[in-house]
Amino acid sequence: MRGKAVIAGVGHTIYGKHPGRDRISLIVEACRNALQDAGIEKDMVDGVLVKMANSEPSILYGQKVAEALGLQPRVGASLDQGGAANIALISYAAMAVDAGLMDIALVCYGDTPRTGSRQVYHRPRGDDAVFGWYATAAGYAMIHQAYAQKHACRPEHFGAVAVQCRANGAENPQGHLNKPITLDDYMESPLLIEPLRRDDCCLISDGGAAVVVMSAERAKQLGIANAVPVLGFGQGQESWDVHLRPNLTETSAAASADTAFKMAGLEPGNIDVAQLYDCFTVTVLLTLEDYGLAKRGQAGPMAAQGALALDGSLPLNTSGGLLSESGTPGLQLVIEGVRQMRGDARLQIEGAKTCIVSNQGGSMHTHATMILGNPS
Amino acid sequence: MSFPAPETNDLNRPYWDGLAAGELRHQHCSNCGNNWLPAREACPRCLATDPVWQPASGRGRIVSWVVYHKAYHNAFADRVPYDVSLVELDEGPRLLTNIVDSDAGRALSIGALVELKIEREGDLTLARFRLVSDEGTA
Repeated sequence: MRGKAVIAGVGHTIYGKHPGRDRISLIVEACRNALQDAGIEKDMVDGVLVKMANSEPSILYGQKVAEALGLQPRVGASLDQGGAANIALISYAAMAVDAGLMDIALVCYGDTPRTGSRQVYHRPRGDDAVFGWYATAAGYAMIHQAYAQKHACRPEHFGAVAVQCRANGAENPQGHLNKPITLDDYMESPLLIEPLRRDDCCLISDGGAAVVVMSAERAKQLGIANAVPVLGFGQGQESWDVHLRPNLTETSAAASADTAFKMAGLEPGNIDVAQLYDCFTVTVLLTLEDYGLAKRGQAGPMAAQGALALDGSLPLNTSGGLLSESGTPGLQLVIEGVRQMRGDARLQIEGAKTCIVSNQGGSMHTHATMILGNPS
Repeated sequence: MSFPAPETNDLNRPYWDGLAAGELRHQHCSNCGNNWLPAREACPRCLATDPVWQPASGRGRIVSWVVYHKAYHNAFADRVPYDVSLVELDEGPRLLTNIVDSDAGRALSIGALVELKIEREGDLTLARFRLVSDEGTA
């Protein structure tokens, strides 16, 4: 599948707060922007794939979104895979286009947990609520603890990730949080679910995002000059809940990345820039190691030594990630990856030829990877 | 606000009945020997459907733990900071719990040995654990 499909356009809303607006309106706005970016008409779209809304899962959701877009696509669906769903949907779109099921797809997401309900992130975790086991952050705190103890990882190692993402996000006027932090700020931020500090945790943001997927051949035919080729993609599933999984410090992100690298014909050393799902700082460190971008136990020191900075060996989350640009699950990372490959990112990494993007969901339950290249 | 209540059903009732009777039980697969929690109809390793309940020794070790500094439910508001710990039983199953009776200043640590301490919590009987001395162990 290497290079067969492209991302021909990207769009999103302002990220942050959208009081009074519903999530489908945000999706429509993002799709309108993505279609404009691709320079195509709405009625050319015959596939609409949407990630289930975190804060309000519902049946036939993909059809509600297509209705709001005024489309009767050949392929329409929603997917629940938590935060891995957006890259998974782009990969399914790529394959469905290749198989002739559809011609041009919108992959989109929108939600309003910031001004609506954020209860989903604070919910009791099954029967273990009797022990006080609540909130999405708790599973990541358990992983953070196990990882930090195993590798003698210091708070500064996690803090380096937060500081870098916040610095990048501070340069992004469309992002949710434009407030850089120092390592001292990070160290002083309050403990929520120890060992997690507040600044280890991503934002909760309202926002919508969308990308246009078609074949490379179709993009060429339509004269879309800056269509970004999808070089590889893959997935991996952890399945076991955090407390039941045999290994807390390595994840199925390794399988996801391995599949993507093989498809792309690339190796970790070939990657120029990374957009990694930073719902919590530990997620970035584990993903770096699972992807083979860092040796086991070395992602923390690598971050602390500046490797993830804009002038480092592997610039990370150049628009701010979930920690600063938007807490929405994943498409903003894809969109920034597309911009880096087109050469029109705000914090452009000069000469970047490849970008790896990770999405993941649950408590590192689901993993999806995508590798993007320069427009041909 | 009331204390959270587990959903009991025919499948997991032997677990809760066991605690009320003073023992921690886990499921055991007669076909492949797998031990696990929480209750399932089929063994997640070999998919055999005739698991039996067995009493656990009550001994295990800490795999990881967290400390809540914020309560996400009013029932825990006066307990912060409190731990939720992940324990692996000697028989294999893993479970979430609270570590109780720990001496002040004696920090939790990964690999620390723990033993069962069944506690009443209103109408519930819960499997909590306490740290044990690791003298005499490898």
